[in-house]
Amino acid sequence: MGEPLRQPLEPRTPYPAATKRKLSSELWKHRKEYLAISPFYLLFAVFGLFPILFSMYLSFQRWDGIGVMTFNGVNNYRFMLTDPEFWKAVGNTLLIWIYSTIPMLFSALVVAFLLNASFVKFRTFFRIGYFLPNVTSLVAVSIVFSTVFSNNYGLLNYIFTLFGLDPVEWLNHTWGIQLAVSFMVIWRWVGYNAVIYLAGLQSIPTVLYEAAKIDGASGIQSFFRITLPNLRPIILFTVITSTIGGMQIFTEPQVLVGNDGGVNGGGLTIVLYLYREAFINNYFGYGSAVGWGMFVLIALFSLFNWKMVQGKGTM
Amino acid sequence: MVRSKNVLLYAGLIAGLIVSIFPFYWLAVMATRTTPEIYSFPPKLWFGTHLFDNISRVFESINFFRTLFNTLFVASAITILVLFFDSLAGYTFAKFTFPGKKWLFVLLLATMMAPAQLSLVPSFVIMAKFGWVGSFKALIIPGMANAFGIFWIRQYAEESVPSELLDAGKMDGCGFFRLYWNISLPILRPALSFLGAFTFIGAWNDYLWPLIILNDERKFTLQVALASLNGIYTTDYALVIAGTLLAVIPLIIMFLFVSKQFISDIAAGAIKS
Repeated sequence: MGEPLRQPLEPRTPYPAATKRKLSSELWKHRKEYLAISPFYLLFAVFGLFPILFSMYLSFQRWDGIGVMTFNGVNNYRFMLTDPEFWKAVGNTLLIWIYSTIPMLFSALVVAFLLNASFVKFRTFFRIGYFLPNVTSLVAVSIVFSTVFSNNYGLLNYIFTLFGLDPVEWLNHTWGIQLAVSFMVIWRWVGYNAVIYLAGLQSIPTVLYEAAKIDGASGIQSFFRITLPNLRPIILFTVITSTIGGMQIFTEPQVLVGNDGGVNGGGLTIVLYLYREAFINNYFGYGSAVGWGMFVLIALFSLFNWKMVQGKGTM
Repeated sequence: MVRSKNVLLYAGLIAGLIVSIFPFYWLAVMATRTTPEIYSFPPKLWFGTHLFDNISRVFESINFFRTLFNTLFVASAITILVLFFDSLAGYTFAKFTFPGKKWLFVLLLATMMAPAQLSLVPSFVIMAKFGWVGSFKALIIPGMANAFGIFWIRQYAEESVPSELLDAGKMDGCGFFRLYWNISLPILRPALSFLGAFTFIGAWNDYLWPLIILNDERKFTLQVALASLNGIYTTDYALVIAGTLLAVIPLIIMFLFVSKQFISDIAAGAIKS
Protein backbone atom coordinates (compact mmCIF):
# COMPACT_ATOMS: atom_id res chain seq x y z
CA MET A 1 0.00 0.00 0.00
CA GLY A 2 2.73 2.39 0.92
CA GLU A 3 4.89 2.03 -2.15
CA PRO A 4 2.68 2.51 -5.22
CA LEU A 5 5.39 4.25 -7.21
CA ARG A 6 7.45 1.15 -7.54
CA GLN A 7 4.71 -0.83 -9.17
CA PRO A 8 5.10 0.32 -12.80
CA LEU A 9 8.69 -0.79 -12.64
CA GLU A 10 7.71 -4.38 -12.15
CA PRO A 11 7.45 -6.32 -15.38
CA ARG A 12 3.68 -6.85 -15.41
CA THR A 13 3.08 -7.75 -19.01
CA PRO A 14 3.90 -11.46 -19.02
CA TYR A 15 1.02 -12.24 -16.72
CA PRO A 16 -2.01 -11.58 -19.00
CA ALA A 17 -0.23 -13.14 -21.93
CA ALA A 18 0.30 -16.23 -19.84
CA THR A 19 -3.40 -16.51 -19.05
CA LYS A 20 -4.25 -16.09 -22.68
CA ARG A 21 -1.89 -18.85 -23.61
CA LYS A 22 -3.27 -20.85 -20.76
CA LEU A 23 -6.86 -20.46 -22.02
CA SER A 24 -6.05 -21.40 -25.56
CA SER A 25 -3.97 -24.35 -24.43
CA GLU A 26 -6.84 -25.24 -22.11
CA LEU A 27 -9.22 -25.16 -25.08
CA TRP A 28 -6.75 -27.21 -27.12
CA LYS A 29 -6.31 -29.68 -24.31
CA HIS A 30 -10.07 -30.31 -24.33
CA ARG A 31 -10.40 -30.50 -28.11
CA LYS A 32 -11.81 -34.02 -27.91
CA GLU A 33 -14.59 -32.96 -25.56
CA TYR A 34 -15.51 -30.10 -27.88
CA LEU A 35 -15.40 -32.44 -30.83
CA ALA A 36 -17.73 -34.84 -29.00
CA ILE A 37 -20.39 -32.21 -28.36
CA SER A 38 -19.92 -30.29 -31.59
CA PRO A 39 -22.36 -32.22 -33.83
CA PHE A 40 -25.33 -31.01 -31.83
CA TYR A 41 -24.18 -27.40 -31.85
CA LEU A 42 -23.35 -27.46 -35.56
CA LEU A 43 -26.70 -29.00 -36.45
CA PHE A 44 -28.47 -26.73 -34.05
CA ALA A 45 -26.79 -23.68 -35.56
CA VAL A 46 -27.89 -24.68 -39.06
CA PHE A 47 -31.30 -26.26 -38.42
CA GLY A 48 -32.33 -24.66 -35.13
CA LEU A 49 -30.88 -21.28 -34.39
CA PHE A 50 -30.53 -19.99 -37.93
CA PRO A 51 -34.15 -20.83 -38.85
CA ILE A 52 -35.36 -19.00 -35.75
CA LEU A 53 -33.43 -15.86 -36.66
CA PHE A 54 -34.38 -16.28 -40.30
CA SER A 55 -38.06 -16.61 -39.39
CA MET A 56 -37.79 -13.31 -37.54
CA TYR A 57 -36.40 -11.75 -40.72
CA LEU A 58 -38.97 -13.47 -42.95
CA SER A 59 -41.83 -12.29 -40.78
CA PHE A 60 -41.12 -8.73 -41.98
CA GLN A 61 -41.08 -9.74 -45.64
CA ARG A 62 -43.65 -10.45 -48.28
CA TRP A 63 -42.60 -13.60 -50.10
CA ASP A 64 -44.20 -16.51 -51.94
CA GLY A 65 -41.14 -18.72 -51.69
CA ILE A 66 -40.13 -18.32 -55.34
CA GLY A 67 -40.37 -14.70 -56.45
CA VAL A 68 -38.74 -11.59 -55.08
CA MET A 69 -38.75 -10.95 -51.37
CA THR A 70 -40.00 -7.47 -50.52
CA PHE A 71 -39.79 -5.70 -47.20
CA ASN A 72 -43.22 -5.49 -45.69
CA GLY A 73 -42.60 -3.80 -42.36
CA VAL A 74 -44.95 -4.88 -39.62
CA ASN A 75 -47.75 -5.49 -42.12
CA ASN A 76 -47.68 -9.26 -41.63
CA TYR A 77 -48.20 -8.78 -37.93
CA ARG A 78 -50.80 -6.09 -38.49
CA PHE A 79 -52.68 -8.38 -40.86
CA MET A 80 -52.42 -11.28 -38.45
CA LEU A 81 -53.84 -9.29 -35.56
CA THR A 82 -56.77 -8.07 -37.67
CA ASP A 83 -57.48 -11.33 -39.49
CA PRO A 84 -60.63 -12.90 -38.02
CA GLU A 85 -59.40 -16.30 -39.23
CA PHE A 86 -56.32 -15.99 -37.04
CA TRP A 87 -58.39 -15.16 -33.98
CA LYS A 88 -60.76 -17.95 -34.83
CA ALA A 89 -57.77 -20.30 -34.93
CA VAL A 90 -56.58 -18.99 -31.57
CA GLY A 91 -60.07 -19.41 -30.11
CA ASN A 92 -60.44 -22.92 -31.55
CA THR A 93 -57.06 -23.96 -30.19
CA LEU A 94 -57.89 -22.64 -26.73
CA LEU A 95 -61.31 -24.29 -26.73
CA ILE A 96 -59.87 -27.64 -27.84
CA TRP A 97 -57.22 -27.26 -25.17
CA ILE A 98 -59.83 -26.66 -22.47
CA TYR A 99 -62.16 -29.44 -23.68
CA SER A 100 -59.28 -31.89 -23.73
CA THR A 101 -56.85 -30.99 -20.95
CA ILE A 102 -59.22 -30.82 -17.99
CA PRO A 103 -60.98 -34.17 -18.56
CA MET A 104 -57.71 -35.74 -19.67
CA LEU A 105 -55.70 -34.81 -16.57
CA PHE A 106 -58.64 -35.56 -14.29
CA SER A 107 -59.17 -39.03 -15.79
CA ALA A 108 -55.44 -39.67 -15.65
CA LEU A 109 -55.45 -38.83 -11.97
CA VAL A 110 -58.37 -41.19 -11.35
CA VAL A 111 -56.66 -44.00 -13.28
CA ALA A 112 -53.45 -43.42 -11.35
CA PHE A 113 -55.27 -43.56 -8.00
CA LEU A 114 -57.01 -46.78 -8.99
CA LEU A 115 -53.76 -48.34 -10.13
CA ASN A 116 -52.01 -47.20 -6.98
CA ALA A 117 -54.38 -49.12 -4.69
CA SER A 118 -52.13 -51.56 -2.88
CA PHE A 119 -53.98 -54.72 -3.84
CA VAL A 120 -54.22 -54.10 -7.59
CA LYS A 121 -52.80 -56.98 -9.59
CA PHE A 122 -51.65 -56.92 -13.22
CA ARG A 123 -50.48 -53.33 -12.78
CA THR A 124 -47.99 -53.63 -15.64
CA PHE A 125 -50.64 -55.08 -17.91
CA PHE A 126 -52.95 -52.15 -17.18
CA ARG A 127 -50.19 -49.62 -17.67
CA ILE A 128 -49.30 -51.05 -21.08
CA GLY A 129 -52.96 -51.16 -22.10
CA TYR A 130 -53.56 -47.56 -21.08
CA PHE A 131 -50.34 -46.42 -22.72
CA LEU A 132 -50.97 -48.10 -26.07
CA PRO A 133 -53.00 -45.22 -27.61
CA ASN A 134 -50.03 -42.92 -27.09
CA VAL A 135 -47.79 -44.98 -29.35
CA THR A 136 -50.16 -45.02 -32.31
CA SER A 137 -49.70 -42.52 -35.09
CA LEU A 138 -51.99 -39.52 -35.07
CA VAL A 139 -52.89 -40.03 -38.70
CA ALA A 140 -54.15 -43.54 -37.98
CA VAL A 141 -56.00 -42.37 -34.87
CA SER A 142 -57.65 -39.56 -36.79
CA ILE A 143 -58.81 -41.92 -39.51
CA VAL A 144 -60.28 -44.34 -36.97
CA PHE A 145 -62.03 -41.58 -35.08
CA SER A 146 -63.45 -40.11 -38.25
CA THR A 147 -65.58 -43.28 -38.44
CA VAL A 148 -66.55 -42.98 -34.80
CA PHE A 149 -67.74 -39.38 -35.22
CA SER A 150 -69.07 -39.76 -38.75
CA ASN A 151 -72.24 -37.70 -39.27
CA ASN A 152 -74.74 -40.37 -40.19
CA TYR A 153 -73.29 -43.83 -39.75
CA GLY A 154 -70.81 -43.24 -36.98
CA LEU A 155 -70.33 -45.55 -34.07
CA LEU A 156 -71.09 -42.81 -31.58
CA ASN A 157 -74.41 -42.04 -33.22
CA TYR A 158 -75.25 -45.74 -33.10
CA ILE A 159 -74.59 -45.71 -29.35
CA PHE A 160 -76.75 -42.58 -29.08
CA THR A 161 -79.67 -44.30 -30.79
CA LEU A 162 -79.27 -47.30 -28.49
CA PHE A 163 -80.00 -44.94 -25.62
CA GLY A 164 -82.89 -43.36 -27.48
CA LEU A 165 -81.02 -40.16 -28.28
CA ASP A 166 -81.09 -38.40 -31.63
CA PRO A 167 -77.99 -38.81 -33.79
CA VAL A 168 -75.77 -35.73 -33.99
CA GLU A 169 -74.05 -34.46 -37.12
CA TRP A 170 -70.75 -34.10 -35.34
CA LEU A 171 -68.67 -32.90 -38.26
CA ASN A 172 -71.25 -30.33 -39.37
CA HIS A 173 -70.89 -28.25 -36.22
CA THR A 174 -68.01 -26.19 -34.92
CA TRP A 175 -68.39 -27.63 -31.45
CA GLY A 176 -68.83 -31.15 -32.83
CA ILE A 177 -65.49 -30.97 -34.64
CA GLN A 178 -63.84 -29.54 -31.56
CA LEU A 179 -65.26 -32.23 -29.32
CA ALA A 180 -64.13 -34.93 -31.74
CA VAL A 181 -60.59 -33.51 -31.81
CA SER A 182 -60.61 -33.14 -28.03
CA PHE A 183 -61.77 -36.69 -27.60
CA MET A 184 -58.86 -37.93 -29.72
CA VAL A 185 -56.45 -35.94 -27.57
CA ILE A 186 -57.98 -37.30 -24.37
CA TRP A 187 -57.94 -40.87 -25.64
CA ARG A 188 -54.32 -40.58 -26.66
CA TRP A 189 -52.90 -38.90 -23.56
CA VAL A 190 -54.81 -40.22 -20.52
CA GLY A 191 -52.58 -43.27 -20.25
CA TYR A 192 -49.40 -41.28 -20.65
CA ASN A 193 -50.34 -38.85 -17.89
CA ALA A 194 -51.68 -41.64 -15.69
CA VAL A 195 -48.29 -43.38 -15.89
CA ILE A 196 -46.60 -40.18 -14.79
CA TYR A 197 -49.06 -39.59 -11.93
CA LEU A 198 -48.73 -43.18 -10.82
CA ALA A 199 -44.98 -42.83 -10.62
CA GLY A 200 -45.50 -39.64 -8.62
CA LEU A 201 -47.88 -41.36 -6.22
CA GLN A 202 -45.48 -44.23 -5.71
CA SER A 203 -42.59 -41.89 -4.97
CA ILE A 204 -44.41 -40.44 -1.95
CA PRO A 205 -42.92 -42.19 1.10
CA THR A 206 -45.50 -44.40 2.83
CA VAL A 207 -44.03 -43.31 6.17
CA LEU A 208 -45.84 -40.00 5.72
CA TYR A 209 -49.23 -41.70 5.49
CA GLU A 210 -48.46 -43.96 8.43
CA ALA A 211 -47.46 -40.98 10.57
CA ALA A 212 -50.64 -39.15 9.56
CA LYS A 213 -52.72 -42.16 10.49
CA ILE A 214 -51.10 -42.33 13.92
CA ASP A 215 -51.85 -38.64 14.37
CA GLY A 216 -55.48 -39.42 13.61
CA ALA A 217 -55.76 -37.87 10.14
CA SER A 218 -58.68 -38.95 7.97
CA GLY A 219 -58.24 -40.22 4.45
CA ILE A 220 -59.41 -36.89 3.04
CA GLN A 221 -57.04 -34.96 5.29
CA SER A 222 -54.04 -37.01 4.24
CA PHE A 223 -55.09 -36.61 0.59
CA PHE A 224 -55.09 -32.81 0.85
CA ARG A 225 -52.12 -32.53 3.21
CA ILE A 226 -49.82 -35.24 1.84
CA THR A 227 -50.84 -36.53 -1.57
CA LEU A 228 -51.72 -33.26 -3.26
CA PRO A 229 -48.69 -31.19 -2.11
CA ASN A 230 -46.32 -34.01 -3.06
CA LEU A 231 -47.96 -34.44 -6.43
CA ARG A 232 -48.04 -30.73 -7.25
CA PRO A 233 -44.73 -30.51 -9.15
CA ILE A 234 -45.80 -33.46 -11.29
CA ILE A 235 -49.21 -31.96 -11.96
CA LEU A 236 -47.42 -28.77 -12.97
CA PHE A 237 -45.23 -30.79 -15.33
CA THR A 238 -48.25 -32.41 -17.00
CA VAL A 239 -50.13 -29.10 -17.24
CA ILE A 240 -47.16 -27.40 -18.92
CA THR A 241 -46.49 -30.27 -21.33
CA SER A 242 -50.16 -30.54 -22.27
CA THR A 243 -50.34 -26.79 -22.79
CA ILE A 244 -47.38 -26.87 -25.15
CA GLY A 245 -48.80 -29.95 -26.89
CA GLY A 246 -52.31 -28.47 -26.98
CA MET A 247 -51.14 -25.24 -28.61
CA GLN A 248 -49.49 -27.29 -31.37
CA ILE A 249 -52.46 -29.42 -32.41
CA PHE A 250 -52.42 -30.02 -36.13
CA THR A 251 -52.73 -33.61 -37.32
CA GLU A 252 -56.08 -34.49 -35.74
CA PRO A 253 -58.11 -31.66 -37.34
CA GLN A 254 -56.13 -31.77 -40.60
CA VAL A 255 -56.84 -35.46 -41.18
CA LEU A 256 -60.36 -35.28 -39.76
CA VAL A 257 -61.74 -32.23 -41.59
CA GLY A 258 -59.02 -31.04 -44.01
CA ASN A 259 -56.89 -27.94 -44.50
CA ASP A 260 -59.74 -25.49 -43.95
CA GLY A 261 -60.79 -26.91 -40.64
CA GLY A 262 -64.13 -28.23 -41.86
CA VAL A 263 -67.57 -26.63 -41.45
CA ASN A 264 -67.21 -23.02 -40.26
CA GLY A 265 -63.52 -23.72 -39.75
CA GLY A 266 -64.25 -25.31 -36.39
CA GLY A 267 -61.08 -27.41 -36.61
CA LEU A 268 -58.84 -24.60 -37.80
CA THR A 269 -56.10 -24.55 -35.15
CA ILE A 270 -53.15 -22.17 -35.05
CA VAL A 271 -50.70 -24.65 -36.59
CA LEU A 272 -53.24 -25.65 -39.23
CA TYR A 273 -53.68 -21.95 -40.03
CA LEU A 274 -49.90 -21.54 -40.21
CA TYR A 275 -49.59 -24.60 -42.45
CA ARG A 276 -52.38 -23.43 -44.73
CA GLU A 277 -51.11 -19.85 -45.08
CA ALA A 278 -47.46 -20.85 -45.59
CA PHE A 279 -47.54 -24.11 -47.50
CA ILE A 280 -50.91 -24.12 -49.27
CA ASN A 281 -51.25 -20.39 -50.04
CA ASN A 282 -47.47 -19.79 -50.21
CA TYR A 283 -47.44 -16.77 -47.90
CA PHE A 284 -44.03 -17.59 -46.46
CA GLY A 285 -43.44 -14.27 -44.78
CA TYR A 286 -46.86 -14.29 -43.24
CA GLY A 287 -46.47 -17.90 -42.08
CA SER A 288 -43.33 -16.88 -40.21
CA ALA A 289 -45.17 -14.06 -38.49
CA VAL A 290 -47.87 -16.51 -37.43
CA GLY A 291 -45.11 -18.73 -36.00
CA TRP A 292 -43.98 -15.86 -33.81
CA GLY A 293 -47.53 -15.07 -32.79
CA MET A 294 -47.85 -18.68 -31.72
CA PHE A 295 -44.60 -18.55 -29.81
CA VAL A 296 -45.81 -15.54 -27.82
CA LEU A 297 -49.12 -17.28 -27.11
CA ILE A 298 -47.41 -20.44 -25.89
CA ALA A 299 -45.04 -18.46 -23.69
CA LEU A 300 -47.85 -16.39 -22.17
CA PHE A 301 -50.04 -19.38 -21.70
CA SER A 302 -47.34 -21.50 -20.08
CA LEU A 303 -46.55 -18.63 -17.75
CA PHE A 304 -50.23 -18.28 -16.88
CA ASN A 305 -50.52 -22.00 -16.14
CA TRP A 306 -47.39 -21.96 -14.11
CA LYS A 307 -48.59 -19.04 -12.02
CA MET A 308 -51.96 -20.69 -11.56
CA VAL A 309 -50.71 -24.07 -10.44
CA GLN A 310 -47.98 -22.48 -8.33
CA GLY A 311 -50.48 -20.05 -6.83
CA LYS A 312 -52.69 -22.85 -5.56
CA GLY A 313 -49.72 -24.17 -3.66
CA THR A 314 -49.14 -20.98 -1.71
CA MET A 315 -52.74 -20.71 -0.60
CA MET B 1 -67.54 -54.19 2.23
CA VAL B 2 -63.89 -54.22 1.28
CA ARG B 3 -64.53 -56.83 -1.38
CA SER B 4 -67.24 -54.85 -3.12
CA LYS B 5 -64.88 -51.89 -3.12
CA ASN B 6 -62.29 -54.05 -4.86
CA VAL B 7 -64.79 -55.16 -7.46
CA LEU B 8 -65.73 -51.55 -8.12
CA LEU B 9 -62.11 -50.59 -8.52
CA TYR B 10 -61.38 -53.36 -10.99
CA ALA B 11 -64.57 -52.52 -12.86
CA GLY B 12 -63.36 -48.94 -13.21
CA LEU B 13 -59.93 -50.01 -14.38
CA ILE B 14 -61.32 -52.46 -16.91
CA ALA B 15 -63.83 -49.93 -18.23
CA GLY B 16 -60.98 -47.49 -18.80
CA LEU B 17 -58.93 -50.20 -20.44
CA ILE B 18 -61.78 -51.04 -22.80
CA VAL B 19 -61.99 -47.39 -23.89
CA SER B 20 -58.24 -47.46 -24.52
CA ILE B 21 -58.22 -50.67 -26.50
CA PHE B 22 -61.57 -50.49 -28.25
CA PRO B 23 -60.50 -48.25 -31.18
CA PHE B 24 -57.86 -50.85 -32.13
CA TYR B 25 -60.49 -53.56 -32.12
CA TRP B 26 -62.84 -51.32 -34.07
CA LEU B 27 -60.08 -50.68 -36.61
CA ALA B 28 -59.47 -54.40 -37.00
CA VAL B 29 -63.20 -55.09 -37.42
CA MET B 30 -63.65 -52.42 -40.06
CA ALA B 31 -60.62 -53.65 -41.96
CA THR B 32 -62.46 -56.94 -42.54
CA ARG B 33 -65.55 -55.27 -43.96
CA THR B 34 -66.54 -53.83 -47.31
CA THR B 35 -67.15 -50.10 -47.67
CA PRO B 36 -70.96 -50.48 -47.78
CA GLU B 37 -70.76 -52.58 -44.63
CA ILE B 38 -68.68 -49.89 -42.91
CA TYR B 39 -71.33 -47.34 -43.83
CA SER B 40 -74.22 -49.57 -42.81
CA PHE B 41 -76.35 -48.76 -39.85
CA PRO B 42 -76.33 -50.24 -37.23
CA PRO B 43 -72.57 -50.71 -37.54
CA LYS B 44 -71.12 -54.18 -37.73
CA LEU B 45 -69.32 -54.86 -34.47
CA TRP B 46 -67.86 -58.24 -35.35
CA PHE B 47 -65.26 -59.31 -37.92
CA GLY B 48 -66.23 -59.77 -41.56
CA THR B 49 -64.58 -61.70 -44.36
CA HIS B 50 -62.98 -59.08 -46.60
CA LEU B 51 -59.65 -58.53 -44.88
CA PHE B 52 -57.48 -60.04 -47.62
CA ASP B 53 -59.48 -58.39 -50.35
CA ASN B 54 -59.01 -54.99 -48.68
CA ILE B 55 -55.33 -55.56 -48.05
CA SER B 56 -54.70 -56.59 -51.62
CA ARG B 57 -56.34 -53.36 -52.78
CA VAL B 58 -54.04 -51.43 -50.44
CA PHE B 59 -51.10 -53.13 -52.12
CA GLU B 60 -52.47 -52.16 -55.53
CA SER B 61 -53.01 -48.50 -54.72
CA ILE B 62 -49.85 -47.70 -52.82
CA ASN B 63 -46.52 -49.43 -52.84
CA PHE B 64 -47.00 -50.47 -49.25
CA PHE B 65 -43.73 -52.29 -48.77
CA ARG B 66 -41.76 -49.48 -50.27
CA THR B 67 -43.53 -47.03 -47.94
CA LEU B 68 -42.88 -49.32 -45.01
CA PHE B 69 -39.24 -49.59 -46.00
CA ASN B 70 -38.96 -45.78 -46.35
CA THR B 71 -40.39 -45.31 -42.88
CA LEU B 72 -38.14 -47.99 -41.39
CA PHE B 73 -35.12 -46.49 -43.11
CA VAL B 74 -35.79 -42.91 -42.01
CA ALA B 75 -36.75 -43.84 -38.44
CA SER B 76 -33.77 -46.20 -38.03
CA ALA B 77 -31.31 -43.72 -39.48
CA ILE B 78 -32.54 -40.97 -37.16
CA THR B 79 -32.47 -43.33 -34.18
CA ILE B 80 -28.96 -44.64 -34.79
CA LEU B 81 -27.54 -41.18 -35.38
CA VAL B 82 -29.31 -39.72 -32.35
CA LEU B 83 -28.09 -42.57 -30.16
CA PHE B 84 -24.51 -42.14 -31.28
CA PHE B 85 -24.24 -38.36 -31.18
CA ASP B 86 -26.40 -37.85 -28.10
CA SER B 87 -24.68 -40.50 -26.04
CA LEU B 88 -21.27 -39.13 -26.99
CA ALA B 89 -22.29 -35.57 -26.13
CA GLY B 90 -24.31 -36.48 -23.05
CA TYR B 91 -21.50 -38.59 -21.66
CA THR B 92 -18.99 -35.83 -22.33
CA PHE B 93 -21.16 -33.33 -20.48
CA ALA B 94 -21.53 -35.72 -17.56
CA LYS B 95 -17.96 -36.88 -17.12
CA PHE B 96 -15.57 -34.17 -18.33
CA THR B 97 -14.88 -30.59 -17.44
CA PHE B 98 -13.92 -28.06 -20.05
CA PRO B 99 -14.12 -24.30 -20.33
CA GLY B 100 -17.62 -23.05 -21.16
CA LYS B 101 -19.30 -26.35 -20.30
CA LYS B 102 -21.96 -24.84 -18.07
CA TRP B 103 -22.79 -22.13 -20.55
CA LEU B 104 -23.01 -24.58 -23.44
CA PHE B 105 -25.34 -26.82 -21.46
CA VAL B 106 -27.66 -23.95 -20.57
CA LEU B 107 -27.81 -23.07 -24.26
CA LEU B 108 -28.75 -26.67 -25.01
CA LEU B 109 -31.57 -26.60 -22.46
CA ALA B 110 -32.80 -23.28 -23.82
CA THR B 111 -33.16 -24.78 -27.30
CA MET B 112 -35.67 -27.27 -25.93
CA MET B 113 -38.07 -24.38 -25.23
CA ALA B 114 -38.50 -23.09 -28.79
CA PRO B 115 -41.51 -24.63 -30.55
CA ALA B 116 -40.70 -26.44 -33.77
CA GLN B 117 -43.41 -24.60 -35.70
CA LEU B 118 -41.50 -21.37 -35.29
CA SER B 119 -38.84 -22.57 -37.68
CA LEU B 120 -41.14 -24.54 -39.97
CA VAL B 121 -41.11 -22.04 -42.84
CA PRO B 122 -37.39 -21.13 -42.71
CA SER B 123 -36.40 -24.77 -42.31
CA PHE B 124 -38.29 -25.53 -45.48
CA VAL B 125 -36.57 -22.61 -47.23
CA ILE B 126 -33.16 -23.89 -46.08
CA MET B 127 -33.98 -27.36 -47.36
CA ALA B 128 -35.00 -25.85 -50.68
CA LYS B 129 -31.70 -23.95 -50.84
CA PHE B 130 -29.77 -27.15 -50.10
CA GLY B 131 -31.80 -28.94 -52.75
CA TRP B 132 -32.99 -31.39 -50.12
CA VAL B 133 -36.75 -31.01 -50.66
CA GLY B 134 -38.17 -34.41 -51.49
CA SER B 135 -35.13 -36.14 -50.06
CA PHE B 136 -34.73 -38.23 -46.91
CA LYS B 137 -31.77 -36.06 -45.95
CA ALA B 138 -34.24 -33.32 -45.03
CA LEU B 139 -35.93 -35.71 -42.61
CA ILE B 140 -32.87 -37.39 -41.16
CA ILE B 141 -30.20 -34.74 -40.74
CA PRO B 142 -32.15 -32.09 -38.78
CA GLY B 143 -33.58 -34.95 -36.70
CA MET B 144 -30.10 -35.67 -35.37
CA ALA B 145 -29.97 -32.48 -33.30
CA ASN B 146 -31.84 -33.74 -30.29
CA ALA B 147 -31.30 -31.71 -27.13
CA PHE B 148 -33.61 -33.90 -25.09
CA GLY B 149 -31.47 -36.95 -25.84
CA ILE B 150 -28.27 -35.27 -24.70
CA PHE B 151 -30.00 -34.09 -21.53
CA TRP B 152 -31.35 -37.56 -20.86
CA ILE B 153 -28.01 -39.33 -21.37
CA ARG B 154 -26.20 -36.78 -19.24
CA GLN B 155 -28.60 -37.38 -16.33
CA TYR B 156 -28.05 -41.10 -16.59
CA ALA B 157 -24.31 -41.04 -17.16
CA GLU B 158 -23.69 -38.77 -14.20
CA GLU B 159 -25.08 -41.36 -11.82
CA SER B 160 -24.12 -44.59 -13.48
CA VAL B 161 -20.72 -44.22 -15.13
CA PRO B 162 -18.13 -44.38 -12.33
CA SER B 163 -15.32 -41.87 -12.70
CA GLU B 164 -12.92 -44.39 -11.12
CA LEU B 165 -13.58 -46.76 -13.99
CA LEU B 166 -12.76 -44.03 -16.50
CA ASP B 167 -9.56 -43.20 -14.60
CA ALA B 168 -8.58 -46.85 -14.60
CA GLY B 169 -9.24 -47.00 -18.31
CA LYS B 170 -7.11 -43.94 -18.84
CA MET B 171 -4.25 -45.56 -16.87
CA ASP B 172 -4.49 -48.56 -19.15
CA GLY B 173 -4.01 -46.25 -22.09
CA CYS B 174 -7.54 -45.87 -23.41
CA GLY B 175 -8.05 -42.78 -25.53
CA PHE B 176 -11.08 -40.52 -25.30
CA PHE B 177 -13.08 -42.44 -27.85
CA ARG B 178 -12.25 -45.88 -26.44
CA LEU B 179 -13.30 -44.73 -22.97
CA TYR B 180 -16.62 -43.82 -24.53
CA TRP B 181 -17.08 -46.79 -26.82
CA ASN B 182 -15.72 -49.67 -24.75
CA ILE B 183 -16.33 -48.57 -21.18
CA SER B 184 -19.22 -46.11 -21.03
CA LEU B 185 -21.49 -47.22 -23.83
CA PRO B 186 -22.21 -50.66 -22.32
CA ILE B 187 -23.10 -48.99 -19.01
CA LEU B 188 -25.39 -46.50 -20.78
CA ARG B 189 -27.35 -49.25 -22.50
CA PRO B 190 -30.60 -48.89 -20.47
CA ALA B 191 -30.71 -45.14 -21.10
CA LEU B 192 -29.97 -45.76 -24.76
CA SER B 193 -32.75 -48.29 -25.16
CA PHE B 194 -35.29 -45.78 -23.85
CA LEU B 195 -33.94 -42.96 -25.98
CA GLY B 196 -33.89 -45.31 -28.97
CA ALA B 197 -37.51 -46.40 -28.53
CA PHE B 198 -38.63 -42.82 -27.87
CA THR B 199 -36.84 -41.48 -30.94
CA PHE B 200 -37.95 -44.33 -33.17
CA ILE B 201 -41.62 -44.03 -32.24
CA GLY B 202 -41.48 -40.26 -32.70
CA ALA B 203 -39.80 -40.51 -36.10
CA TRP B 204 -42.14 -43.29 -37.23
CA ASN B 205 -45.22 -41.23 -36.37
CA ASP B 206 -43.97 -37.85 -37.57
CA TYR B 207 -46.41 -36.29 -40.02
CA LEU B 208 -46.21 -32.51 -40.47
CA TRP B 209 -42.56 -32.25 -41.53
CA PRO B 210 -42.60 -35.24 -43.94
CA LEU B 211 -45.87 -33.89 -45.35
CA ILE B 212 -44.12 -30.61 -46.17
CA ILE B 213 -40.86 -32.13 -47.41
CA LEU B 214 -41.91 -35.19 -49.40
CA ASN B 215 -43.42 -34.57 -52.81
CA ASP B 216 -42.79 -37.85 -54.58
CA GLU B 217 -44.99 -40.83 -53.86
CA ARG B 218 -42.07 -43.21 -54.03
CA LYS B 219 -40.51 -41.43 -51.07
CA PHE B 220 -43.64 -41.23 -48.92
CA THR B 221 -43.46 -42.45 -45.35
CA LEU B 222 -46.35 -44.44 -43.92
CA GLN B 223 -48.05 -41.46 -42.29
CA VAL B 224 -47.98 -39.34 -45.43
CA ALA B 225 -49.07 -42.27 -47.60
CA LEU B 226 -51.90 -43.00 -45.18
CA ALA B 227 -53.12 -39.43 -45.23
CA SER B 228 -52.93 -39.36 -49.03
CA LEU B 229 -54.88 -42.61 -49.17
CA ASN B 230 -57.51 -41.02 -46.96
CA GLY B 231 -57.69 -38.01 -49.26
CA ILE B 232 -57.83 -39.85 -52.58
CA TYR B 233 -59.91 -42.88 -51.72
CA THR B 234 -62.36 -41.52 -49.18
CA THR B 235 -65.13 -43.30 -51.08
CA ASP B 236 -63.31 -46.61 -50.68
CA TYR B 237 -63.21 -46.54 -46.93
CA ALA B 238 -62.45 -50.23 -46.52
CA LEU B 239 -59.20 -49.67 -48.38
CA VAL B 240 -58.24 -46.67 -46.22
CA ILE B 241 -59.02 -48.55 -43.03
CA ALA B 242 -57.10 -51.64 -44.10
CA GLY B 243 -54.12 -49.42 -44.89
CA THR B 244 -54.42 -47.83 -41.45
CA LEU B 245 -54.43 -51.24 -39.82
CA LEU B 246 -51.34 -52.29 -41.75
CA ALA B 247 -49.56 -49.09 -40.73
CA VAL B 248 -50.44 -49.46 -37.05
CA ILE B 249 -49.48 -53.10 -36.54
CA PRO B 250 -45.67 -52.97 -36.91
CA LEU B 251 -45.22 -50.19 -34.39
CA ILE B 252 -47.55 -51.80 -31.85
CA ILE B 253 -45.62 -55.06 -32.07
CA MET B 254 -42.35 -53.18 -31.55
CA PHE B 255 -43.85 -51.26 -28.65
CA LEU B 256 -45.08 -54.40 -26.90
CA PHE B 257 -41.50 -55.70 -26.88
CA VAL B 258 -40.07 -52.64 -25.17
CA SER B 259 -43.19 -51.38 -23.38
CA LYS B 260 -42.42 -52.34 -19.78
CA GLN B 261 -39.07 -50.63 -19.56
CA PHE B 262 -40.15 -47.80 -21.84
CA ILE B 263 -43.11 -46.84 -19.67
CA SER B 264 -41.11 -46.87 -16.43
CA ASP B 265 -38.46 -44.73 -18.08
CA ILE B 266 -41.03 -42.16 -19.20
CA ALA B 267 -42.38 -42.00 -15.65
CA ALA B 268 -38.88 -41.70 -14.18
CA GLY B 269 -37.94 -39.01 -16.68
CA ALA B 270 -41.01 -36.93 -15.85
CA ILE B 271 -40.36 -37.13 -12.14
CA LYS B 272 -36.72 -36.18 -12.47
CA SER B 273 -37.36 -33.12 -14.58
